[in-house]
Amino acid sequence: MKQKFIVSPSPHEKGHDSVRSIMYGVIFSLIPAFAASIYFFGLDALTVTLTAIFSCLVVEFVIQKFLIKGPLTIFDGSAIITGLLLAFNLPASIPLWMVIAGSIVAIGIGKMSFGGLGNNPFNPALVGRVFMLISFPVAMTTWPANRLTLTDGYTGATPLSIAKEAIKNGEPMNEIINKVGTSLNHFIGNMEGCIGEVSALFILLGGLYMLYRGIITWHIPVSIFLTVFIFSGTMHLIAPDRYLSPEFHLLTGGLFLGAIYMATDMVTSPMSSVGMIIFGVGIGLLTVVIRIWGAYPEGVSFAILIMNAFVPLINRYIKPKRFGEEVNHG
Amino acid sequence: MLKTFKKGGVHPPENKLSAQSTLERLPLPEMVYIPISQHIGSAAEPVVQKGDTVKVGTLIAKQNGLFSANIHSSVSGTVQKIDEIIDSSGFRRKAIIIQVEGDQWEETIDQSNTIVRDIPSDPKEIVQKITSAGIVGLGGATFPTHIKLSIPDGKKAEILIINGVECEPYLTSDHRLMLEKGLEILIGTQILMKALNVHRASIGIENNKKDAIKHLIELSKDFPGINVVALKVKYPQGAEKQLIKAIINREVPSGKLPIDVGAVVQNVGTAFAVYEAVQKNKPLFERVVTITGKNLSKPSNLVVRIGTPIRKLIDFAGGLPDNTAKIINGGPMMGKAVCDIDVPVTKGTSGIVILSEKDAVRLPVQNCIRCAKCVSACPMGLEPYLLMTFGAKQMWSEAETNKVVDCIECGSCSFVCPANRPLLDYIRLGKLTVGKIIRTRKS
Repeated sequence: MKQKFIVSPSPHEKGHDSVRSIMYGVIFSLIPAFAASIYFFGLDALTVTLTAIFSCLVVEFVIQKFLIKGPLTIFDGSAIITGLLLAFNLPASIPLWMVIAGSIVAIGIGKMSFGGLGNNPFNPALVGRVFMLISFPVAMTTWPANRLTLTDGYTGATPLSIAKEAIKNGEPMNEIINKVGTSLNHFIGNMEGCIGEVSALFILLGGLYMLYRGIITWHIPVSIFLTVFIFSGTMHLIAPDRYLSPEFHLLTGGLFLGAIYMATDMVTSPMSSVGMIIFGVGIGLLTVVIRIWGAYPEGVSFAILIMNAFVPLINRYIKPKRFGEEVNHG
Repeated sequence: MLKTFKKGGVHPPENKLSAQSTLERLPLPEMVYIPISQHIGSAAEPVVQKGDTVKVGTLIAKQNGLFSANIHSSVSGTVQKIDEIIDSSGFRRKAIIIQVEGDQWEETIDQSNTIVRDIPSDPKEIVQKITSAGIVGLGGATFPTHIKLSIPDGKKAEILIINGVECEPYLTSDHRLMLEKGLEILIGTQILMKALNVHRASIGIENNKKDAIKHLIELSKDFPGINVVALKVKYPQGAEKQLIKAIINREVPSGKLPIDVGAVVQNVGTAFAVYEAVQKNKPLFERVVTITGKNLSKPSNLVVRIGTPIRKLIDFAGGLPDNTAKIINGGPMMGKAVCDIDVPVTKGTSGIVILSEKDAVRLPVQNCIRCAKCVSACPMGLEPYLLMTFGAKQMWSEAETNKVVDCIECGSCSFVCPANRPLLDYIRLGKLTVGKIIRTRKS
């Protein structure tokens, strides 16, 4: 009998990356920020996060099993990431039923209604978050005290909302600066805010790990940071008594979480490096515009969702530079 | 900083298992199967008949038109028949089947071991010898060498690039050839420079072959105009356009040829064959083939007569392992999986790679997660994920505007895809179809 062999077209070699390894890489990189958040906000941070992860998994399972009746992909790690990132964007004191409602919207509407992983135009965690922000405005904007700031005696507002309120009331800038705390505190995470967004330091660590693993590239985060820095810095230079410093804008209000984790979501960001930079610049501009002139103190989520909508357009018109496009007889 | 090409590229595990195995001669088989089409272009025309006696080096099929190449017998013996056999492409193709009797070489061939340094001074004579020896590109593309040496009117060759990159994982035939036949390769390079009337040649070698680089740098001191360029290890550096970019930093425009930027690229194996043809009157009837695989007991580099069934190579290397699932003619990135263990070695066979079940099976396809890894891996600056969609949805005009025909089929996109998507399968379909559409439009 003749021996049979597999005949398939090349390549016959496969790289080591899989969807799973990428997703679990992201989850792994979030561990430091998660640990920090439990330290800052206590067990509430843990229960909210676990509730979000668990509900996201259940929602995806139910939809795949009973509605789509397709293969189960809940263990590819992407639903865990959605849950984690949704929780990271919530205050630790939020009632758990709201977390469940947010998870249903995030996975059900944000992801599965488009056909599951890879097909959703908007970042699912942000869809869930914005749904919650609009539906439960009070619970979503009441922050528990951060363990490090307890002694200061005030709770209930993030540096950004304090600043926005104060600027509106015409308070002098030097008092506002005293009220919102130092940049060093903001960098470490010594401030009020959502579970995972407060510590720029630990998010940066996670981001560096993802960069090292090749899960993200520098284009999106760096273009967001630079745009926010230059734009808010220009405003600050023009009128230092009305606009806060650029480092304040960089380190508060979840810009780090947004730039490193939410905007870099593979599915909802552009494919080419130039496209990624356009996307990042757009997010940076919109964030500062919303923060300075908008109704909300915080603009990152909206900025990312709006730019998500432009991704197909960016992919269509911004092409990578083809080989041989420019002839240089060097 | 080592030179390399800039756009895209990947780094697959090298697995150069046979890098230390010196060249060995494979014993003659009992029967050879010599296909009459072993090159790009039209098949050669058989000039022998059943029952004819042939010697090693006898012309058995002659070049048919300019885009074709002569084919010589690789053994001495009797022509059994001219019949269709399954070749490495999986198709039935005409081949001349010769029963081996002894090892009688044509008298014109210089069989001695002496190295002939003095090269002919007439470019025409060189090209004529190369043409009659049936030399084709031995890197795997099998493009007839004499065509590359006849520069079209109005074009001028400025530099000859000798390709010693061997960026395919597993393969080591060029590596061993450079180590053991370095002088011959340099003389071959000199001959090619003469034929092209250029005064500069660069031999590009990836830095994972440091011994070969050192050896050739040492030898090249006696060869004015020839320099050795160490290259950073990156796949697909052995692709013509990428190698030209790496060495002289020029990009061959879409749809153009290397000569349009003043370069001619030849493989080190080809340079060696040119040496043998011009200096020793030896037609191309044998070549170095790497036989390798993780489960093979003796991965080797063999000098093999064209037409030898690959079964003979596998037996020499210790026999087919039990868990064999795939046999590749060529390297694992661009080689072709063969369906039969009796397909013959041809001029384009640079290696035979044996893969086990574990390495051969394709994993289940998942949704595209738009990670853009394929876009950053593509050395041609294309968008593989998009071209795959166009291929699958048969959107040929969109595929054309997005340059599907520029694809060099290196497989970097499919290699990096974390969702195991068959990107190149569909891109190939698109490239083929769009190519046909363009040709019909022109005619």
